[in-house]
Amino acid sequence: MSVVPLQAKSIDPILSVRDLKMHFPVKEGIFMRTGKFNKAVDGINFDIMPGETLGLVGESGCGKSTLGRCIARLYQPTAGEISFEGTDIATLGRKDMMPFRRDIQMIFQDPMESLNSRHTVGQILEEPFQVHNIGDKAYRKKRVVELLDLVGLPARSVTRYPFEFSGGQRQRIGIARSIALNPKLIICDEPVSALDVSIQSQILNLLIDLQKEFKLSYLFIAHDLAVVKHISDRIAIMYLGKIVESGEGESIYRTARHPYTQSLISAIPVPDPHHVAHRQILVGDVPSPINPPSGCTFHTRCPKVMDVCKEKVPVLNGDEQPVSCHLYEQPN
Amino acid sequence: MSDVILSVNNLITEFSTDEGRVRAVDDVSFSIKEGETLGIVGESGCGKSVTALSIMRLLPQPIGQIMGGEILLEGQNLVDLPLEQMRKIRGARIGMVFQEPMTALNPVHTIGRQLTEVILLHKKISKDKALREGIEMLDKVGIPAPDIRMTEYPHQLSGGMRQRVVIAMALACQPKLLIADEPTTALDVTIQAQILELIKDLQKQMGMSVVLITHDLGVIAETSSSVVVMYAGKVAERGSVYDVFDRPSHPYTKGLLESIPRLDTPPKSKLTIIPGMVPGLLDMPKGCRFENRCPYRKDSCLVAPPAIEAIAKEHDVACYEWQELKRNTVAGGDSANFKLSAVA
Repeated sequence: MSVVPLQAKSIDPILSVRDLKMHFPVKEGIFMRTGKFNKAVDGINFDIMPGETLGLVGESGCGKSTLGRCIARLYQPTAGEISFEGTDIATLGRKDMMPFRRDIQMIFQDPMESLNSRHTVGQILEEPFQVHNIGDKAYRKKRVVELLDLVGLPARSVTRYPFEFSGGQRQRIGIARSIALNPKLIICDEPVSALDVSIQSQILNLLIDLQKEFKLSYLFIAHDLAVVKHISDRIAIMYLGKIVESGEGESIYRTARHPYTQSLISAIPVPDPHHVAHRQILVGDVPSPINPPSGCTFHTRCPKVMDVCKEKVPVLNGDEQPVSCHLYEQPN
Repeated sequence: MSDVILSVNNLITEFSTDEGRVRAVDDVSFSIKEGETLGIVGESGCGKSVTALSIMRLLPQPIGQIMGGEILLEGQNLVDLPLEQMRKIRGARIGMVFQEPMTALNPVHTIGRQLTEVILLHKKISKDKALREGIEMLDKVGIPAPDIRMTEYPHQLSGGMRQRVVIAMALACQPKLLIADEPTTALDVTIQAQILELIKDLQKQMGMSVVLITHDLGVIAETSSSVVVMYAGKVAERGSVYDVFDRPSHPYTKGLLESIPRLDTPPKSKLTIIPGMVPGLLDMPKGCRFENRCPYRKDSCLVAPPAIEAIAKEHDVACYEWQELKRNTVAGGDSANFKLSAVA
């Protein structure tokens, strides 16, 4: 089993995920019997180092959000190990998980849905302290103002409600809440996808600043490869519940090895009219994860498909830039 | 190839809301030649979709009204056309594709029924013939087994396939003009590439003109020959894609182009930002609408909105300070002007 390489082997990763699986039962028929499983996450391995950003890219339905939610333990994974600073949190119960919830936080795509619309910004930002029983009232009030300042919102926002803010400002509130308890790892699930271009860059800059200041680790989930490459140290590409390639952002972009990564990169429209696109247009849609194709799950759309791809499942292989594709397999 | 298909002149569209009248499109002008693709780019609320709805005369009634200007389709003014006649133009001479194909399709009717409805509405042909034309059209937009798809319902198709059906419906009567409002925004990049390629192919085959509305500058650069940049209901800049992308002459266009992370920007570098946000339509500044976010702001910008002026052949800009910006760009002082500042 190959693992996404570590940059510095001497430091321990903050998060190690080993063979993680999340299979949702699919209920069928009038008796709602569980016949099949939606293998949203199907055997994932990676590490995140302290202060590092791992970007996770893939199309809708590839399981990237499910993976993020498993790590934040919003889901109970079916199998596998999620080791956070050495402790396996994959199977921890509600009570045992509590201290880890301080350290692992999440930022969601749509801040309007993830912020309680009936609470003021002050109440929203105080809630983490109440849940974890931290500080007295005066301390919490002080922290809320500090947090607002950190994300570039005025202190008077405390008494306002989420609807009074624009999309970009709401995302700032979501970010303030996620850093309230000085976490170590933040799972950012499409944090800028719903924002306008001019606001998107403001939020990306803010996330990069906060990472430097508080030595945060990010798992940055997005479908926009240009955004992911900008913020990430390393990138993992997901397809139908599996990582098909990973490596440093620059090398993924320059020397993509997996045919899926290559087409994904070539499909990005470049904002330069002089750019001539050498496009590998993929045929068809992403297959259903309930009934994935045999062998390599990408073989139905792969421009370089071979006979072996239909039968044998490839494994993630390689040191610097592991790839899971029969094209790169060494004959034994 | 130089015939103008559509020209929009000084279009003004207003909405009446509880808080007062709101001008969503203010003095917008542009034109599209035969066979050309025109991109309209701007952020949410800039009026790009309202412009499209105005052209189709599909503004929400009774709150949305065209208050001035003209929309000339091959010389015919659509603004005061009776709705009866407008209905004959929609679908036949102008096709439209929306962002979310699921809302554009009726979930309780088969694809075949919806597709033949368009054809039967505009053409005097038999049901059988319409059915055959429909199957042909589905084949044209790259849907496998089109005769089976005709009997299926929208929910049985994937997002990309649905968008193909919507395109087939929009083009079933060979319109001269296709208006595509964010046609790929809801789709994944690999599917987006398929759909954009399809529109390009069909455009070549059928010789139609396309108005492509999007917020994605990459999509514009790849598909359009000319571009209109809109900001807060007004045209900020207008010109060929080369002029606008190579020599952006409005501070907003320049800021927008500099703020997108590209695949070749160094990782974790500071992105250029446009500080602040778009003012609300109800409290627009009296002068230039970009004034509160603009690094080139002078006192004169606060007095009256700048008129759009030609700065080169077919390159127009609505900015008092475009010469200053140009000097700055030539001197290599790029991007020094947009500085990070807290959002108030």
